[in-house]
Amino acid sequence: MEHVADPLVKKPSVLRSQSETIGFVIMTAALVVAPFVTYPLFLMQAMCFALFACAFNLLIGYVGLLSFGHALYFGWASYLSAYSAKAWGFPPELAILTGTATAALCGLVAGSLAIRRQGIYFAMITLALAQMMYFFALQAKFTGGEDGIQAVPRGVLFGLINLKNEMSMYAVVLVIFLGGFMFIYRIIHSPFGEVLKAIRENEARAISLGYKTDRYKLVAFVLSATLAGVAGATKAIVLQLASLTDVNWPMSGEVVLMTLVGGLGTIFGPVVGAFAILVMQFKLAPIGEWVLVIQGAIFVSCVLLFRRGVIGEIANKLHIRL
Amino acid sequence: MFEIFGIPSTALFGQLLIGLINGSFYALLSLGLAVIFGMLNIINFSHGAQYMMGAFTAYLILKYSGLGYWPALIIAPIIVGFTGIIVERLFLQRLYKLDHLYGLLLTFGLALIFEGVARNYFGSAGLPYTVPESLRGGQNLGFMFLPNYRAWVIAASLVICIGTWFVIERTRLGAYLRAATENPTLVRAFGINVPRMITLTYGFGVSLAAFAGVMAAPIYNVSPQMGSELIIVVFAVVVIGGMGSILGAIVTGFGLGVVEGLTKVFFPEASNTVVFVIMAIVLLVRPAGLFGRRA
Repeated sequence: MEHVADPLVKKPSVLRSQSETIGFVIMTAALVVAPFVTYPLFLMQAMCFALFACAFNLLIGYVGLLSFGHALYFGWASYLSAYSAKAWGFPPELAILTGTATAALCGLVAGSLAIRRQGIYFAMITLALAQMMYFFALQAKFTGGEDGIQAVPRGVLFGLINLKNEMSMYAVVLVIFLGGFMFIYRIIHSPFGEVLKAIRENEARAISLGYKTDRYKLVAFVLSATLAGVAGATKAIVLQLASLTDVNWPMSGEVVLMTLVGGLGTIFGPVVGAFAILVMQFKLAPIGEWVLVIQGAIFVSCVLLFRRGVIGEIANKLHIRL
Repeated sequence: MFEIFGIPSTALFGQLLIGLINGSFYALLSLGLAVIFGMLNIINFSHGAQYMMGAFTAYLILKYSGLGYWPALIIAPIIVGFTGIIVERLFLQRLYKLDHLYGLLLTFGLALIFEGVARNYFGSAGLPYTVPESLRGGQNLGFMFLPNYRAWVIAASLVICIGTWFVIERTRLGAYLRAATENPTLVRAFGINVPRMITLTYGFGVSLAAFAGVMAAPIYNVSPQMGSELIIVVFAVVVIGGMGSILGAIVTGFGLGVVEGLTKVFFPEASNTVVFVIMAIVLLVRPAGLFGRRA
């Protein structure tokens, strides 16, 4: 990460100092208008993935930890949310909470194992643990194996709002997404977030300054897993489905791809990346397996040609933070 | 036939054999990963895909030129190793100055491309590859039946593993390699072409994967996804063993294969996950891995 002199100091203009606020207003406005223009179901799915990518980005972008197993938290939250709504008849708010708690617990266990090693090993450990939980999901009775959990009832939120109505569901997902997004923004810009960035830049230095970096990393990991869980649990209610796809390794790869395309360590990058990748998958669905090849090619070209990602490049050109 | 812990001996030894076979592949693949990591500081995520490419190359050689298993065992690793050299020259070379994670991401992308192309042309269903004539049949050892081909796989991978260990740890070439791992700049100053050595190391690591792929072809079917799930288990093996030691990679590979085989006998539900559970335990007890040094 390069240290550029803060452009905010040099040229104080409204656009530069308020770039993140302006970006947030534009994003919110676009998401409010969008369901009247295009498919609400697609948008809801995209928002879930966008939140998932933002949660993942909290680790890779701000602590420098590459988790290659984030499907674990997304997928297991999705399972528990779907199961509690269907089998136990939980209302949606409790179902999402159940899924999220599951993800938090998984994050606590997996995180405390993974942070014992650094760098490349961290990525391999998170991937291996996720694969283990994939096999549990494959064998466990309640997950429905290959079929997954289908026809999950959307239910009535707080006993008031019937989520069968597409627009009510949309509003709920929008609130969850924006809430998660702002929460992540708050984390990044808090003193705690500053310590995370210090660990990313130079962990040894952070340790020598007296920070217990392992604890910070673990808390960041659990937060990231929990938010990925919120995304997965909400997705299960929206699509009324939890399946093996959500918990398998290609899902972990996909969230990496979304974040990479949008821009690692940018606030809006994961959102843009998630929408871009989902639109691509949607448009390219007819050509079948070539989607995999195209995703691979995007990976390779992102790593070789534009490591900052779409939003990262824009922010860099305009000397603003996004 | 006799029984051990209430398990018929044939079942026990049969699973032990399967464990050794799986262990052979774990050992060969984690060895390749360790060799590549030592030199390039990159975790080669496409290792599984290159293993798959080895098997497909053998299949295509048979289909289009009629050359059987034995020529394929030599030709396929050379071809796939050559593609590895191209990958290193074109892509990986540009990443050495960056964070290691980019190497992982790039090779992951390559793995998706390779697997996707294979799926497009060959479909997801497996293609058969027959056991070579000379290795059909088997030996009755009294307590179990040992198919010749399986005995060959275990023996061949042991020889390759020990051969690689010998070259790296006991020869002059290996000494250069190890020196270049420690301090490339200094080794370059002695007039050794380190960049070329890096390229060839990657090619060698990749051809090891392809070699394993050819050997796997008659045992498992040849299928596009044969590498992707295997490579995740191999990652766990590598975390358990630590990549600091070549011998460690080999021992851990075979050891975990056997443990997995035994789990299949005594507690079949856990056979898919036992390697990951062991990884978790090792991380708790010895975070640096069994043979690893604390970085």
